[in-house]
Amino acid sequence: MSGLKDTCAIVGVGETRFGTIPGVTDFGLTVEASKKAIEDAGLSSGDIDGLLSQQLYHDTVMWYTNWIGQRMGLKLKYTTDIDLGGATPVAMVQHAVMAINAGLCTNVLCVYGESSRSWRPTQAMMARGRIWGKGMGEFEHPFGYVAPMHGYAMACQRHMYEYGTTSRQLGAIAVACRKHASMNENAQQRKPITIDDYLNSPIFCEPFRLLDICQVTDGAAAVIVTSADRARNMKKKPVYISGMGSYHPGYNIGWAPSMTITGAKISGEMAYRMAGITPQDIDIAEIYDCFTYTVLVTLEDYGFCKKGEGGPFVENGRIEIGGELPVNTHGGLLSQGHIDGMNHITEAVKQLRGECGIRQVKDAEIAIVSGNGGCFSTHTTLILRR
Amino acid sequence: MGEYKKPLPIMDLDSKEFWEGCHKHELLLQKCNNCGKYHFPPGPVCPECFSLDLKWTKTSGKGIVYTFTVVRRALGPDWESDVPYVVGVIELSEGVRMVSNVVGCKPEEVKIGMPVVVIFDDVTDTISLPKFRPAG
Repeated sequence: MSGLKDTCAIVGVGETRFGTIPGVTDFGLTVEASKKAIEDAGLSSGDIDGLLSQQLYHDTVMWYTNWIGQRMGLKLKYTTDIDLGGATPVAMVQHAVMAINAGLCTNVLCVYGESSRSWRPTQAMMARGRIWGKGMGEFEHPFGYVAPMHGYAMACQRHMYEYGTTSRQLGAIAVACRKHASMNENAQQRKPITIDDYLNSPIFCEPFRLLDICQVTDGAAAVIVTSADRARNMKKKPVYISGMGSYHPGYNIGWAPSMTITGAKISGEMAYRMAGITPQDIDIAEIYDCFTYTVLVTLEDYGFCKKGEGGPFVENGRIEIGGELPVNTHGGLLSQGHIDGMNHITEAVKQLRGECGIRQVKDAEIAIVSGNGGCFSTHTTLILRR
Repeated sequence: MGEYKKPLPIMDLDSKEFWEGCHKHELLLQKCNNCGKYHFPPGPVCPECFSLDLKWTKTSGKGIVYTFTVVRRALGPDWESDVPYVVGVIELSEGVRMVSNVVGCKPEEVKIGMPVVVIFDDVTDTISLPKFRPAG
């Protein structure tokens, strides 16, 4: 896959406001982010001939992406739903690179929007879960494992058992994300928190407290991918797609091969190899953070520290802006909002362009972005550079 | 039996035998006649060696707690009267893992590595859920 290194670039990004946005459908949010991304790229909707999106968690429409493409009036040569849970936005960009290189299309809009906060997804997700059959409906839900937090909590508990990881260390991740969100006008939770605030927040399922859990959010984010050749003559400075990887260990955590080594390990190795770099070359990491533990284990699997040392690694401000490896500079899913990780990609692009104002990481040249779906079921990686 | 409001397993032909076993208070797993490994969840193929030559086999029902969480906040009204409850991943002696509940002790007493043994909770006239209690 190293032949595809830097053959494509992200040339446009768009985000809606994130938070509680009543009165707008998920499609309305999707349109707003798409329009912004297309304008950011200096293109018009007529230039878009590829569209990738994802089924909504709280609603199901067959061939969803095809449906929203028609309603946006796009003339599509390449479109499909990508269905890898939270690994999907990164996978969209990967599919865009592959489709462009295959000559199937030229400018691909990758977009995800949801109105989960206004539509109360927990109940709806559970209702949908009941028709999910084997994976969850048969062998998890009857035992009261009814939400992702239960599976991630069990994986985290195993990490604590094997390596002595502590609640305080998980809390350092929540504190870092909130600090970054406080520097981001477009974040759902901006009030800074301390480690004591974290430790005093109520336990939902051990070891997870309220502040280990990401935000449920209304919002949308979009990116435009095009070939590097076209990108060089476009409105904004291109952000090149240098590395891609993916690995999907399995559907359910209950019978996963490991709870402390995730798909991030092989996916990350693939991406580093394609980009021809090592973890030491990375300036910022936008790490999928449905829960604090997801960040900790992904940083280990991406090789930023040894297996089992993620706890000490995230402490003492190392992952905060100004630290050795700024992580989730927008506030992440934990504090900016759960746009399924599409906001990790838009943030990485904005950081590499130098557009992030007070939260700008100085001289950021290379970013790693992770996607993670299910309960460590799917994993995707991008390495981006300016 | 009173109305049972919590989610019931959604079974199909691949798992029918497993749930029929539970109904008879037997924990059955498929054992591969080719490689000798057990697997879970049930299905028509061995995920170890891709063999279709499988045999439903009664297991010991013994295992250990591989990991667990104590759920303290109910997600939805179905679980209000249950919290705190323990969801665990049980590693059976036969080498496979399954999600279940650890019952018969206080949540605070559950530890990773703790030996457990299966019991069956007859939640309806036809469905019995395999749960685990401390062994001995």
